[in-house]
Amino acid sequence: MDLFEYQGKQYFARYGIPVSDGDIADTVEQAVAVAGRVGYPVVLKAQVKVGGRGKAGGVKLAANPEEAARHAASILGLDIKGHVVGRLWVEHASDIAREYYASFTLDRPNKVHLGMLSAQGGVEIETVAAESPDAIATLAIDPVVGLDVATARRWVAEAGLDEAARAGAADLLVALYRCYTEGDCDLAEVNPLILTPDGRVHALDAKVTLDDNAAYRHPEWEEFRATETEDPREQMARAKGLNYIGLSGSVGIIANGAGLAMSTLDVVNQVGGSAANFLDIGGGADAGVMAAALEVINHDPSVRAIFVNIFGGITRVDEVARGVLEALGRVEIAAPIVLRLDGTNAEEGRAILAPHLGENLMTEPTMLDAARHAVALANR
Amino acid sequence: MSIFVDENTTVIVQGLTGSQGRFHGLRNRDYGTKVVAGVTPGKGGTDVDGIPVYNTVAEAVAATGATASFVVVPPAFASAAILEAAQGGITFIVCITEGIPAHDEARTYNRLVEEFPGVRLLGPNCPGVISPGKCNIGITAGEIALAGGPVGIVSRSGTLTYQALYELSQQGVGQTTCVGIGGDPVPGTNFIDCLSAFQDDPDTKAVMMIGEIGGSEEERAAEWIAAHMTKPVVAYIAGVTAPPGRKMGHAGAIISGSKGTAQAKMAALAAAGVHVCQNPTEAGEKMVELVRAL
Repeated sequence: MDLFEYQGKQYFARYGIPVSDGDIADTVEQAVAVAGRVGYPVVLKAQVKVGGRGKAGGVKLAANPEEAARHAASILGLDIKGHVVGRLWVEHASDIAREYYASFTLDRPNKVHLGMLSAQGGVEIETVAAESPDAIATLAIDPVVGLDVATARRWVAEAGLDEAARAGAADLLVALYRCYTEGDCDLAEVNPLILTPDGRVHALDAKVTLDDNAAYRHPEWEEFRATETEDPREQMARAKGLNYIGLSGSVGIIANGAGLAMSTLDVVNQVGGSAANFLDIGGGADAGVMAAALEVINHDPSVRAIFVNIFGGITRVDEVARGVLEALGRVEIAAPIVLRLDGTNAEEGRAILAPHLGENLMTEPTMLDAARHAVALANR
Repeated sequence: MSIFVDENTTVIVQGLTGSQGRFHGLRNRDYGTKVVAGVTPGKGGTDVDGIPVYNTVAEAVAATGATASFVVVPPAFASAAILEAAQGGITFIVCITEGIPAHDEARTYNRLVEEFPGVRLLGPNCPGVISPGKCNIGITAGEIALAGGPVGIVSRSGTLTYQALYELSQQGVGQTTCVGIGGDPVPGTNFIDCLSAFQDDPDTKAVMMIGEIGGSEEERAAEWIAAHMTKPVVAYIAGVTAPPGRKMGHAGAIISGSKGTAQAKMAALAAAGVHVCQNPTEAGEKMVELVRAL
């Protein structure tokens, strides 16, 4: 789960990482009130989960209440790359002497944590990496050992941070690492990390991605989940416990297993179609889950045919067949369904469906045949 | 021969008294796997369909001499179970648990490497391993595999592993061992571990490799193949049409920026001399053709 900047800053603050004094505002009045409390000059920042806010006019500086009101009015409702701004973060504007970059993420190939630190902050780190890779000091951190202050001090020197920033930056990095690990982040990034003219170091931005697998031990994440704006199809699927991603094609896809679901998308594409979604019903799905999956797909008006691709392992194909019949009995499924059923109890499953086959319910012997059939139906 | 497990492998099931553990543990035993004990804290002295249950792995190992463990416990307990297995003397651990936090996986992996260098972990979040006719640890339906070789299979995806087994078995082409390494960010066993073991196994004549989007394990495997592999490899990569930035089910299956795309992986493998196929059926057909020409 990606956090908004303001949520990232609030998350940072819990772990003792210094951030600017500020608050959220959903209206012009709230923005002016927050600005008055934190003290002018203030920065008003659009809260959208997309880069390039500044260029799009989503970040503005205000020196007084009139400017704050004018900028708040112009940013709220602004469309930034398809994301409409509904919330602002208003904070006291910092004086900036230097801008740096810092982040922690998992180095998957080497199975350790990777710290990245650069004296060139405030710009896209990908650009720095491409143009001057030597400007990024990387640090491999053994997850068993962690990051201590002594190591962090060597690291900030190696990265070439200004003398005045080193002690503060080392402390901040240790706190950020604690936020990253104890806070179960996939990514904790600060860009820019700033040095103020009076020698303080703090996080001027926050980019945080949380590991959904760790949600069970973080009840405090519920408030982040509440602000997630999802595709309505994805919301419905989540409510039914399904792993669904909305796409823009016309063939609805249901498969068991993430790999098979991805492969099904690919095969549909190879035979000239396009998928309306990714939907993995998971291992061991029963009739109820299958019926729910069909209902979610049925809710998508762009679906012209449905391809159900099941290879029974833990999932029993007879249960899947019962789920299809259950869904057909419960709601009217608008698009024709093509099924490919193999694996555990496939014979039983096909037998259950046999009396119901017709122009809206068909089976095919292989994945490729079924894909071709579904695509032909969707394209007719 | 086979890799990792064979007819002599003795297995304990951590979590045998749970519904999943019981279902798959007994299914593995029915397949012919030597499932000699279960472990559930507090349930020592009981049994599951005749399989004795112990309170700790150490007790189970002392009583049975088991060398492998099948870990079937919820995500919050999986890391501790894996470490307990290693501490108890188990040398091959299969963990099928899905949904373990990435930080736990990273810590557990590194503790195993540092404190128990002789221990191999397969998974987490994997379907397990099957050496057809000899041993099945995990959730693979044994009947879709065919004993006798000569193909080794290694896969990041569960259901696509079954699909691969099925495509080959239908054509009468057997398997030496089929390993599901799982789709999580920190797998205990990776492609190269399996490719290397297959390369050294005299009965394995060709290898099928199934990858998916995300990470760079397939690219690393391609480098290894180019440098070390003399046996033919057929590969299929799922997720050619996957959109960037979205996790496709597996925590590891995500395209970040321009990294981890199926196209890049396919190009790397093709450059290493691997037969890269466009879908699982084509991969099966290609492998059958290669095996028949051996």
